[in-house]
Amino acid sequence: MLGYIVRRLLSAGLVVTLTSMIVFALFFLGPDNPAQPLCDINGKCTPERLALLTEQLGLNDTVYHQYWIWLQGLFVGREISFGPIYQCSAPCLGISYSTRNEVTAELLDKFPATLSLAIGGSLIYLLVGVFLGTMAARVRGTLADRGLVTMSLIVSSIPYYVLAILAWIYLSLEWQIFPDTTYHPLTDGIGAWAYGLLLPWLVLGLAQSTAYARYTRGQMVETLGEDYIRTATAKGVAKRKVIFQHALRAAIVPVITIFGLDFAFLLAGTVVTEEIFDIDGIGQWGIRALRAPVDFPVVAATVLIGAVIIVIANIIVDILYSFIDPRVRVS
Amino acid sequence: MTSERFLSTPAQSTSDRAADIAAADNFLVVDHLSVRFPTHDGLVQAVTDLSFSVKRGETLGIVGESGSGKSVSSMAVLGLHDAKSTRLEGSIRVGGQEVVGADESTLRKLRGKEVAMIFQDPLTALHPFYSVGRQIAEAYRIHHKVSKGEARKRAIEMLDRVGIPQAKNRVDDFPHQFSGGMRQRAMIAMSLVNDPKLLIADEPTTALDVTVQAQILDLLQDLQREFNSAIIMITHDLGVIAELADEVLVMYGGRAVETGATKQILTHPEMPYTWGLLSSVPEVSADEDARLIPIPGNPPSLLNPPSGCPFNPRCTHKDKVPGDLCVTTLPELLPARVGPSHRRRCHLPDPEVIYLTEVLPEIAPDLIDPTTGEPIAALQEIAAASEAEANADSRGDQR
Ligand SMILES: Nc1ncnc2c1ncn2[C@@H]1O[C@H](COP(=O)(O)OP(=O)(O)O)[C@@H](O)[C@H]1O
Ligand code: SF4
Ligand SMILES: [Mg+2]
Repeated sequence: MLGYIVRRLLSAGLVVTLTSMIVFALFFLGPDNPAQPLCDINGKCTPERLALLTEQLGLNDTVYHQYWIWLQGLFVGREISFGPIYQCSAPCLGISYSTRNEVTAELLDKFPATLSLAIGGSLIYLLVGVFLGTMAARVRGTLADRGLVTMSLIVSSIPYYVLAILAWIYLSLEWQIFPDTTYHPLTDGIGAWAYGLLLPWLVLGLAQSTAYARYTRGQMVETLGEDYIRTATAKGVAKRKVIFQHALRAAIVPVITIFGLDFAFLLAGTVVTEEIFDIDGIGQWGIRALRAPVDFPVVAATVLIGAVIIVIANIIVDILYSFIDPRVRVS
Repeated sequence: MTSERFLSTPAQSTSDRAADIAAADNFLVVDHLSVRFPTHDGLVQAVTDLSFSVKRGETLGIVGESGSGKSVSSMAVLGLHDAKSTRLEGSIRVGGQEVVGADESTLRKLRGKEVAMIFQDPLTALHPFYSVGRQIAEAYRIHHKVSKGEARKRAIEMLDRVGIPQAKNRVDDFPHQFSGGMRQRAMIAMSLVNDPKLLIADEPTTALDVTVQAQILDLLQDLQREFNSAIIMITHDLGVIAELADEVLVMYGGRAVETGATKQILTHPEMPYTWGLLSSVPEVSADEDARLIPIPGNPPSLLNPPSGCPFNPRCTHKDKVPGDLCVTTLPELLPARVGPSHRRRCHLPDPEVIYLTEVLPEIAPDLIDPTTGEPIAALQEIAAASEAEANADSRGDQR
């Protein structure tokens, strides 16, 4: 088990390192001089100023050297100068071109909103999706089952941003069911936090839950045909317990696998959700940084944090896995 | 109750009373059972007009090729068919309790407690994510109000009973950590944990190698003696039948085609399908395929069953039946001329003679005279004696 965790952590570290290298490479392989946007930010960019910034940012050094410096910053901090000299403490992800703040500090500032949104949304789609899918499998073939599957297909065929915009326009603006969707950090109190996030959670969660409902239903129908389910019934186990205990326990494993694989989509979903409901999270921060003049350090930090989150999510999924399936535990 | 009826209806015929007593004796009575599944392709007639019964302490063997309806009928005994997608007709009484049409809570009281089941493949029949001990304990707790600790103790006791070495240390193992034979033992432990009165074993040894197979069968026999339970042993292996069963039911295309005492059926079979089964008893060395395709031809379609005798498309003896009865008329399951409880579904007028003179020499060629190619004299004598006996019997019947 310990060896397994160590192996898992090593491979996770490798993935994050590779991602950082790719981000770094994109930085340099792009068509523009990375100093260009910085030069464009305030006023006229003269060739002299561009040359100076290029030199200050160390862009004349080899890529390897720059990556090394960047890594050093991550672990021990470093000085960055473009114009003034900035102290960037570890873990240093650079200085934002537009705000001149440490990227790490901004990241930490935006992170709770995104995390709240992602956890709430994914909990809703997992719980609602698995529950609906299980119920549909239980009554499979009936009108209720067919209705649920059809509804779910319809919802899934609408692009997510359309759904989110419609929800915002009607549920929030027009009908005022959720009049206020302002994000409040948890420090403002759990009530304010949850109240502001409720609609975004529901939109993100319910939209995704349809896919999980269909997937769970399929897994459940298959599992209900297994011999060990017949064994449980033949022992005298009550039907409800057969479905929600014996069958769900086995059917949930592939659902969790998909959950791990789908995590990138969840993050994409949070980006759109943050944009539409104006939540000041990492998604919105990253999108803003992409607008010209591009805020390279922020973009790099967003991609990196995305990779880290996906890697962590997959580790969690693997650990969950080994709790659910004893055959994984042994090997 | 029987005595009351006895007194109040003195006019009741002797045979009725005999039937009553027999019924009281039988723990399981299946009466004109039909199981059909409506599907996209049509109505699958998996079991048709099937009747049999089993007494406590007795073993009924059900044989037949795969697809002949063995599992479907045994699952019906526990009410395991989905009510919505299954058409059940007839009656199944377990200890006097009607199962056909019974509600879930009635069925749940029977399942595992009165009737327990052992399935063919213990790897797929045990839940892969629950420990063996937990699964046995669960079966116990459903029918007994005991703590988890007590149920666990009982699980260990049962594992020990079925011969799992160091049961105490293995109780928390998962099914995949057990060998095939141990898994089947665990399955047996689970089915016996509530001392069921009827045990249905659906091909319990098919997935196991021969040595383990013999051990499992011995175990079942021991346990039967201990608990006086009734056993239904489903198999396509006549060797298993010969070893265990008191009575045999041969199924073909969802119907009973021959029934009777094991010795009678194995020595004087009267139905060409049973002859086919007997001639296909595999050598120990025979490979899997030889076991699986015992008789030339395919099992009958259950969607469009052949007219007449269900076996007629594969039967090599139908030319001995006058007219085209085999193709036009379904034979009844009628008493054979020899053997008290022996019944068979076949139009052949003298099957016992055909068996002795044509079939047996083929199954056992050492009974053929190598010089003349004729059945050896002793065999012909047996045939003649049997015919005489049969004639005497039928005369006795007419009396
Ligand atoms: N739920 C079902 N729906 C449709 N057909 C079924 C169903 N269950 C069993 N059958 C069919 O009934 C026939 C008898 O099956 P079964 O009793 O399992 O045979 P076996 O004698 O090998 O145990 C098979 O042809 C099988 O395909
Ligand atoms: S009834 Fe005819 S076809 Fe059927 S088994 Fe007997 S001889 Fe063969
Ligand atoms: Mg079967």
